[in-house]
Amino acid sequence: MKGVPLLPDTASTFAQQVDLLFWFLTAVTVFFTLLIAGLVLYFAYRYRRGSPASRAGAKETDLRLEIGWSLIPLTVGLIVFVWATKLYADVYGPPPDNALEIFVIGKQWMWHLQHPNGIRENNELHIPAGRPVKLTMISQDVIHSFFVPAFRIKRDVLPGKYNVVWFTPTKPGKYHLFCAEYCGTQHSRMIGWVYVMEPAEYEKWLASGGEARPGAIASGAGTMAGVSTASLVQAGEQLYKQLRCNACHGATDGQRGPTHYGLFGKKVKLRDGTAVVADEAYIRESILRPLAKVVDGYEPIMPSYEGLLNEERTLQLVAYIKSLKKPVQTAEVRP
Amino acid sequence: MSVAVAKPGEIKHNYLNAGDTVRSWLLTTDHKRIAVLYLVSVTLFFAVGGLLALLIRLELLTPQGDLMTSENYNRVFTMHGVVMIFLFLIPAIPAVLGNFLVPLMVGARDLAFPRLNLASWYVYMAGGLIATWAMVNGGVDTGWTFYPPYSSSYSTSQVTLTIIGAFLVGFSSIFTGINFIVTIHKMRAPGLTWFRLPLFIWAHYATSVIIVLGTPVVAITLLLVAVERVFRLGIFDPALGGDPILFQHLFWFYSHPAVYIMILPAMGVISEVIACFSRKRVFGYHFVAFSSVAIAVVGFLVWGHHMFTTGQSVYAGMVFSLLSFLVAVPSAVKVFNWTATMYKGTIEFRAPMLYVMGFLGLFVIGGLTGLFLASLATDIHLQDTYFVVAHFHYIMVGGTIFGYLAGLHFWWPKMTGRMYPEGIAKLAALIIFAGFNLTFFPQFVLGYLGMPRRYHWYPEEWQMLHVMSSAGTALLGIGYILPIFYLLWSLRNGALAGPNPWGATGLEWKTDSPPITHNFEETPIVTEEPYAYENHHQQEEVASGTGASTTKG
Ligand code: HEM
Ligand SMILES: [Cu+2]
Repeated sequence: MKGVPLLPDTASTFAQQVDLLFWFLTAVTVFFTLLIAGLVLYFAYRYRRGSPASRAGAKETDLRLEIGWSLIPLTVGLIVFVWATKLYADVYGPPPDNALEIFVIGKQWMWHLQHPNGIRENNELHIPAGRPVKLTMISQDVIHSFFVPAFRIKRDVLPGKYNVVWFTPTKPGKYHLFCAEYCGTQHSRMIGWVYVMEPAEYEKWLASGGEARPGAIASGAGTMAGVSTASLVQAGEQLYKQLRCNACHGATDGQRGPTHYGLFGKKVKLRDGTAVVADEAYIRESILRPLAKVVDGYEPIMPSYEGLLNEERTLQLVAYIKSLKKPVQTAEVRP
Repeated sequence: MSVAVAKPGEIKHNYLNAGDTVRSWLLTTDHKRIAVLYLVSVTLFFAVGGLLALLIRLELLTPQGDLMTSENYNRVFTMHGVVMIFLFLIPAIPAVLGNFLVPLMVGARDLAFPRLNLASWYVYMAGGLIATWAMVNGGVDTGWTFYPPYSSSYSTSQVTLTIIGAFLVGFSSIFTGINFIVTIHKMRAPGLTWFRLPLFIWAHYATSVIIVLGTPVVAITLLLVAVERVFRLGIFDPALGGDPILFQHLFWFYSHPAVYIMILPAMGVISEVIACFSRKRVFGYHFVAFSSVAIAVVGFLVWGHHMFTTGQSVYAGMVFSLLSFLVAVPSAVKVFNWTATMYKGTIEFRAPMLYVMGFLGLFVIGGLTGLFLASLATDIHLQDTYFVVAHFHYIMVGGTIFGYLAGLHFWWPKMTGRMYPEGIAKLAALIIFAGFNLTFFPQFVLGYLGMPRRYHWYPEEWQMLHVMSSAGTALLGIGYILPIFYLLWSLRNGALAGPNPWGATGLEWKTDSPPITHNFEETPIVTEEPYAYENHHQQEEVASGTGASTTKG
């Protein structure tokens, strides 16, 4: 039992800004609590039964006062609303393009993390300080929530849908990672650590395939047995061939299916006349439930891969398709 | 001394002695007796919920969950939540005090549908017993919010049974709500216009509207979870083709307004008590009345603030956040008005008044900490942490229980014809206030530090704050137990109350204590504004000569 901590760590670019609002709200709370408590106690004493204080001129109502004190909470509320919403839009908006992208799979009761170069970790996340990190997250079973108090971020991790959260860690150190959405028996054990490392150390860590852990307890429990050395994209490519996706999806449109080259981020026209932007969620859905959104000009003939692919493998496919850029080199994808 | 040897003429024919067979209680359609039935059952369920709270806090004394398994811990906090919300907080004030007082306050002989009222108690008991049975037969581990797909596809506990229990209890409150609405519309005494109604009635009217509009939604939503569980239909579970976020929308569409179902009736009590013990009309009566209605209406529009972290669109988040700030305004108005009611009053420190003052403190803290959660940027950090646990305990548990205890003490002489011992009642109020703050204040700090809710294990560095919270619980427990003893004691030994021991206004004080079976000898005719207290001290003498002053502590 140590002392009584009163402040959380402050280790992301958001943390200070969120704290500023937090302390402003605390000041408002303390002020009004003391004001009301003070008035109540003062009136209770001064106008206690039998006290000589004059009661002359007591009013039953007073429109000006009523309107006045309706406006006070309204004004305070609106100020806080504007501040909080602007801050939210600033700090929790879309991630920057140069963000380091890491995939997160939540499952009862473990955080499973995949780095782009293929390093996988369980309940531990190693990241460099000073660089934005974007997490693309999905759950394999129930709803979880990815929560790092020191970064002031939290985002629910849903089954069936990619959610994204991003942050820029600022201070090297070791921080709590919690699951914040109740997820069953071992909910309170679905925890871990985020290690923020100096960039140079992080490079060393990467180079060692996630084995070197300066500044961390080298327990070995963090990494999966048999670290896969294939990067996400490589693993995806292998799977793509294995599942024979390339039988229908060629280097250009006009095969049985539309091409995947240059697909990511493109606006896709659908059969029903609507259009969607091809983001991770769209790609995932098209793999698992291809009939939900059929691309304009194609027959709904693609089979569903639901049940054949777990979230991890789906992620690899998504990562691979994301990596396929125009211009096209036809040789690569001939079936 | 016993009831029978009271002064001749003091104990008359009343609703309590109108029949003493078990049958005469179990088949009664008298709203006052049904209120007593509810009082007994609600108290029992509160005791169950309280014991579970003690277990939770005992477990959290140490960071390693060493008292019980995680599985059991999850069941304990789920049952604590289910019992406290559905079986205590929601029914407490409407079903006990409301049932007893609404007909009396409007000058009616009974509620509009007396048999529906009795049915509501039976349905409530059936629901409560089914939930209790589920608890002893394996328990539920979903949390009282029943989020799918955990509740619908993963949990192996007694989810379906518990949902059936909650579903039934929901219908019991719908029955009560319908009864109140019709009674308030149709059965007011001659001369009792809308703006002569006590604010207690306004609060119950607004509450009933929320109950009738909102409860069917949650009832059906929970039923859908049961349907998905039993028939594997894809409603909420994405693996079956459903949408888990849909559940959250439906659930909070009711469950956010539900916090107003708990707190509005308490606000009604506060208005009555503060007027009486300040000897003044409630300041800005019309504003207070309309703010109840405003809360009921706007309260339906803010459910999305429970879902800021689910990935709902930024714009949805903004709208829900803005509306949440707006709903804070009518609540703040009430606090200012109550405070202003004390200004230039003639204030008497009776036990109910102490509860009112405690209520104001807790309600202000609970309300203002709501701003942290309505603000998008801070909510991201605080959502699903102990900050939320502290916030909702302050506002709905602190607020509702202080209101309930204020009301129970205030109308106890009316309900039983007896005064309780004032000194110990005040002591209990102080203990509860101190215990409450010691229990829940550290939880704000814990939440800001990042302690997630529903955790059985926690990092060691937070132990001291948990120890403080658990110590508070022990104190709070003592505070809650005291009233049970002295109120029961007063039934035999309390001084006789007389019709109006506090010198209060309102029709309920114009009949005997306890009231006769038909409430009034003849239909009262109302000619006055509510709260026609005359604000000078001589008036106080009204109270003397009755039991009230002899038991003053
Ligand atoms: C002795 C007083 C009490 C203590 C110490 C206490 C303690 C707690 C704690 C620690 C939790 C959090 C469980 C968690 O999230 O891990 C909790 C949850 C809750 N409490 Fe209390 N509580 C008390 C009284 C009450 C009362 C009187 C009510 C209502 C009448 C109430 C309603 C709730 C509800 C609805 C929850 C949420 C349960 C859930 O997360 O599913 N509590 N309580
Ligand atoms: Cu989880």
